[in-house]
Amino acid sequence: MEHYNMNLTLKIWRQANSGAKGSFETYQVKDISSEMSFLEMFDVLNEQLIAENKEPIAFDHDCREGICGMCSMYINGQPHGPWKQNTTCQLHMRAFKDGDTIVVEPWRSRAFPVIKDLVVDRTAFDRIIQAGGYISVDTGNAQDANALPVPKKDADNAFLAAACIGCGACVAACKNGSAMLFVGAKVSQLALLPQGKPERETRVLNMVAQMDKEGFGNCTNTYACEAECPKGISVANIARLNLEYIHAGLNSE
Amino acid sequence: MSLDAKIPQGNMSEKWSAYKGNVKLVNPANKRKIEIVVIGTGLAGASAAASLGELGYKVKAFCFQDSPRRAHSIAAQGGINAAKNYQNDGDSVYRLFYDTVKGGDYRAREANVYRLAEVSAAIIDQCVAQGVPFAREYGGLLSNRSFGGTQVQRTFYAAGQTGQQLLLGAYSALERQVALGNVTMYSRHEMLDIVKIDGKARGIIARNLVSGKLERHFGHAVLLCSGGYGNVFYLSTNAMGSNVTAAWKAHRNGAYFGNPCFTQIHPTCIPVSGDHQSKLTLMSESLRNDGRIWVPKAKNDNRKGKDIPEDERDYYLERRYPAFGNLVPRDVASRAAKERCDAGYGVGTTKMAVYLDFADAIKRYGKIEAGKNGIINADQDTIIRLGKDVVKEKYGNLFDMYEKITGENPYETPMRIYPAVHYTMGGLWVDYELQTTVPGLYALGEANFSDHGANRLGASALMQGLADGYFVIPYTIGNYLSNEIATASIPVSHPAFEAAEKSVQDRLNHLIQINGTESVESYHKKLGKIMWDKCGMARNEQGLREAIAEIRALRESFWSNVKIPGRVDEMNNELDKAGRVADFLELGELMCMDALDRKESCGGHFREESQTPDGEAQRDDENYSYVAAWELTGNNQWTLHKEKLQFEIVKPTQRSYK
Repeated sequence: MEHYNMNLTLKIWRQANSGAKGSFETYQVKDISSEMSFLEMFDVLNEQLIAENKEPIAFDHDCREGICGMCSMYINGQPHGPWKQNTTCQLHMRAFKDGDTIVVEPWRSRAFPVIKDLVVDRTAFDRIIQAGGYISVDTGNAQDANALPVPKKDADNAFLAAACIGCGACVAACKNGSAMLFVGAKVSQLALLPQGKPERETRVLNMVAQMDKEGFGNCTNTYACEAECPKGISVANIARLNLEYIHAGLNSE
Repeated sequence: MSLDAKIPQGNMSEKWSAYKGNVKLVNPANKRKIEIVVIGTGLAGASAAASLGELGYKVKAFCFQDSPRRAHSIAAQGGINAAKNYQNDGDSVYRLFYDTVKGGDYRAREANVYRLAEVSAAIIDQCVAQGVPFAREYGGLLSNRSFGGTQVQRTFYAAGQTGQQLLLGAYSALERQVALGNVTMYSRHEMLDIVKIDGKARGIIARNLVSGKLERHFGHAVLLCSGGYGNVFYLSTNAMGSNVTAAWKAHRNGAYFGNPCFTQIHPTCIPVSGDHQSKLTLMSESLRNDGRIWVPKAKNDNRKGKDIPEDERDYYLERRYPAFGNLVPRDVASRAAKERCDAGYGVGTTKMAVYLDFADAIKRYGKIEAGKNGIINADQDTIIRLGKDVVKEKYGNLFDMYEKITGENPYETPMRIYPAVHYTMGGLWVDYELQTTVPGLYALGEANFSDHGANRLGASALMQGLADGYFVIPYTIGNYLSNEIATASIPVSHPAFEAAEKSVQDRLNHLIQINGTESVESYHKKLGKIMWDKCGMARNEQGLREAIAEIRALRESFWSNVKIPGRVDEMNNELDKAGRVADFLELGELMCMDALDRKESCGGHFREESQTPDGEAQRDDENYSYVAAWELTGNNQWTLHKEKLQFEIVKPTQRSYK
């Protein structure tokens, strides 16, 4: 593949802290290699800002290999940018061309308040897991791992749901700020496995109650979440969540 | 102080049961009164915090990320070993123990490794019970694959995301304890010092990374589960935030550092593409199950990989190591790649890469699939199409990742790979109970030195992290805490907390007031280059001596000329990074000193002066069969203590994978 360099205009959301009023700032970066990742381009910009005695841009990132779920960024109106099934850290600059203007914002959702610049608070997701996103098994209580066969199809589907990285792109993509894909993925994973069956009903009721409490919106089936999910989590998990919820609701009557 | 590893008496296979049968216990009423601080929420930290919370201790867990689920264990790809022998291929606790001791080039403590192998099976049981979706066969039972340095299939996996699934399992157990009120979680917090009272670890000073405020936290004991220090090399497969700071503060407070020079350079990573590079990405070792590694037979062959005919390729691992072939251990595979590239046979634009080729595997699987589907005399296109589907199912996410990073399609053209820093076998010295040389201070997982000797086998890091957290520390910590039941929680107004907080605050203020001209990043890059060039895959006396002088000069420059924007009392990523780089600048010197002291080659530590005629690592058991435990005795001054290694079961021999 041909390598090339590019000059770019960046419009980036700056906000000093959660209480401050934010605004877009415009920056120029030069000689960005098409081989760089998007966050390496941000590294270049931040080094430039430090050299100019300006404050670098705060953004969340850690593994830079698309699995920790820490990076976020709304890039040109899309969570994690233009590539399908991809995180911001794995987006590479060959997705852009010389002279492009790129607009970068933090996740925007009532349940994910901005902490600083592009950094948001996603602890609402942890609290949803605390409400029931687990199997209650203390260490040392387990039977032999092969004692309970799991049909391959169920194991595979549970894995596909469990591949969620908890980044919050689904919420950011949704016009309602709904967390149904995130919750649906965890509920599905545990509902599909025999180990998850005993707590199946309380789990879904409690997780949905916590989701509502955190201020996430409702699902209106636009499927924007699936389209923007870096791990390709299917909206079938939302259908399963609804099924589990109705089932549990009826049984709890 | 003499080192006592506290290895229990008795036969190797009975030590752990005997220990568990006799260890002191803390009764439930007393557990409720005891507080434990856990630093880090990767596999070791999350499993320890959850298990100790379940037991009834009051746990405080800390991570610098925004959620405990982000810890870098999440990025482990290939799998986790366990001596289940589900494949009926001759595996046993003894075999896993033996493979690990041999794989570590006889520089690990036998008793610890035996215990690790013993508890390995229970880890798989625990994870399955938590809902970890491991790969399964059509009959519904668990699937296994092979990893380097072994001849059995004992690796359990979840596609190329095993670490993610295991960590999410441990994270869910942790969050359950948070919900039950047994664990308090402090995310976006970084530990910046250990607080010691009367010689015992009694808490920490942590910085809230959002507000910038320092906090004091008491604990009857402190567990460091803070991972490894591969980022001292700047470029590594570690996460950007991975650091040595927690372990280094412990070291500065009296905890000895074990085998700091033992670094694992992983053979299969995506090569460096330019100066902008911020990290390196691993391509799982599991790929060596099916991928064949080769370089052209001719030097400076500039043809494309797939245009080079079969008889002009050198499958150098298969040639040099027929018994293990492409599945030799990591240290051996990495050195062999470096040898070929240094000799001028490298590929790609930088010539610092070798090929990892799936063409044969695609054909082989394609033929099997065609047979299964009853396609007689399938044509080449059909075979390749069917074969690609199989490879995609096995390694799809890795192939996608490769394509995103390089822009090349590995189904069509061989991957280019090169070794990169991946893991550190060295770490805080711990005894059999995982306690450091500071009473009440423990180190678990990659943060300790204990189980992997001079080279870690693939799929063993996940095993060790979870073994330490789920099955070892819940027992061994009782032995210490049973003597602490009369100790009431110490108020954080105690002078020791005050003094520790002041020293942390002074250091932060000092850093920000330097107000020099060079960024933290530029220092980190320079340190990384020194370490990689002179304390990397090959080391020699002259280079190490130069490195020590260069690191000292760089450290001096850092403390007089680093430039950190912003303030101390706010979210400040540059300040966070500066503290970590400052610690790396001290650690780097110690690593070089350790490498200089160890004049033998072993595992990942290759001293050019000590090699066999055919270029393999030459150990010197007579003089170096010890764990190097370094004590900090003054500012950047260390004293070496030696824990002599006793081999009761496995007799050290020249390691051979031929």
